[in-house]
Amino acid sequence: MNLLQHIGKYFILLTHVFSKPEKLKIYYKETIKEIDKLGLNSIWIVVIISFFMGAVITMQTAYNTENPIYPKYLIGLTARDTLLLEFSSTIVALILAGKIGSNIASEIGTMRVTEQIDALEIMGVNSASFLILPKVVATIFFSPFLCLLSMFIGIMGGWIAGIATGVMTSQDYIYGIQYAFIPYYIVYALIKSAFFAFLITSISSYHGYYSYGGSLEVGQSSTKAVVHSSISILLFNVILTQLLLS
Amino acid sequence: MIEVKNLYKSFDNKQVLNDINVLFEQGKTNLIIGQSGSGKTVLLKSIVGLHDIDSGQVIYDDVIFNDLNFKEKKGLRQQIGMLFQGGALFDSSTVEENVMFPLDMFTELSYADKRERANECLKRVNIINANELFPAEISGGMKKRVAIARAIALNPKYLFCDEPNSGLDPITALVIDDLIKEITVEYNMTTIVNTHDMNSVMEIGDKVIFIYEGSKWWEGTKEDIFDSDNVELNNFIFASKLSQKIKDLKNVH
Ligand SMILES: Nc1ncnc2c1ncn2[C@@H]1O[C@H](COP(=O)(O)OP(=O)(O)OP(=O)(O)O)[C@@H](O)[C@H]1O
Ligand SMILES: [Mg+2]
Repeated sequence: MNLLQHIGKYFILLTHVFSKPEKLKIYYKETIKEIDKLGLNSIWIVVIISFFMGAVITMQTAYNTENPIYPKYLIGLTARDTLLLEFSSTIVALILAGKIGSNIASEIGTMRVTEQIDALEIMGVNSASFLILPKVVATIFFSPFLCLLSMFIGIMGGWIAGIATGVMTSQDYIYGIQYAFIPYYIVYALIKSAFFAFLITSISSYHGYYSYGGSLEVGQSSTKAVVHSSISILLFNVILTQLLLS
Repeated sequence: MIEVKNLYKSFDNKQVLNDINVLFEQGKTNLIIGQSGSGKTVLLKSIVGLHDIDSGQVIYDDVIFNDLNFKEKKGLRQQIGMLFQGGALFDSSTVEENVMFPLDMFTELSYADKRERANECLKRVNIINANELFPAEISGGMKKRVAIARAIALNPKYLFCDEPNSGLDPITALVIDDLIKEITVEYNMTTIVNTHDMNSVMEIGDKVIFIYEGSKWWEGTKEDIFDSDNVELNNFIFASKLSQKIKDLKNVH
């Protein structure tokens, strides 16, 4: 199948996903489960990565701006803007594409090859909507929280690393992270992270849903899910940046 | 009653089913037999609409299934119970939740009533004290029985079983076969069973269809299957040394 056929099939799947749910109560319950499985379970990885990336960004900025003509508050400012603009939305999304994407594709793929999806269909359940919609809703709802958490932890990480290595003072950093602060950057990051969450869940679900064969094919779907979600995140990062920041 | 008329089905230019015409009768267990790869599963899935057919008609009592729209098909499917080759129980739900699932989805019963109905069905298939176990924790034969319980939870008019006793020992296989037969009579359902097990044929084959390379090759009852002079059918039913011996003995007398 070529790219255009995949895109067409993907959008047809989305129309099934967003058709009217059979029973709202059950969908609500499923969504709560998915928030737990996909969202809460991702908190630790986001915390760890954000802390260390914040630390490294701060240290690298400090070592590259040792020349006295650069004011010291530049370090905090750089760390803040890097985290707000790119790291906490895009890089975190790429990492989640690996974690959540492969999880979703292998879960739905296994349900496909073991005929669990057929079993749903035969009962008269809209399987695409039942399996995918709760995941999409859960991740879109939860990813902005992960993004905010990542920003906060990243900035903390930078602060702690900066003080521990002695490359700047606490006052410099705190002045830096407040200097010329544009609150819209946060909005921009939150919009991006919600959009990326949609891409990850829907693309991974697509690959899982159309698996055919056995465990080997499920593995392949899960790889494709990660690769394709990552590429589309990078592509839409460019598009959204042009739309939201220009 | 389910009628299939001139059904054709192919996958990417590979013809799998050729001009199938059959009438499956109500209150009886209708068997589809044939070698592995002959197209039994595809036929079953085409009848229930899990595969789109190339041409032909599938008629449920008076309703032409192909002519229904998406929503009408969903309505009809609530009268269908299906047992899949591997059981297809939902991995992340317990035995009881699996059986309750169709009730959750399609009835307005209270939780207590749903539980009662689920346990009634589980009891019907002799599953007791396993409600809280997950599919991974029960045996293959139990999985099949739980799947039957889930299939009959909504009192279906039509029951489809894909290889209900594959992978089971002869005694458990017999239990499952008898269960299907009893339920069919009890609820007066139209039941279609895929199998390549001759024991099942002799046990429950009210009506038997033999599929060979995607075409209907023979049709009859378990009583006249051994008297047929159809070469492919004979090769199929007398494939084992044991059955060949029995046949030779029969010819001598
Ligand atoms: N989704 C599909 N896409 C392409 N080909 C398929 C598909 N499903 C089945 N086939 C092909 O159709 C043919 C019939 O398969 P089917 O599963 O119906 O056999 P079967 O009679 O049920 O065999 P078994 O007894 O082993 O279950 C096979 O050659 C198979 O490769
Ligand atoms: Mg089969």
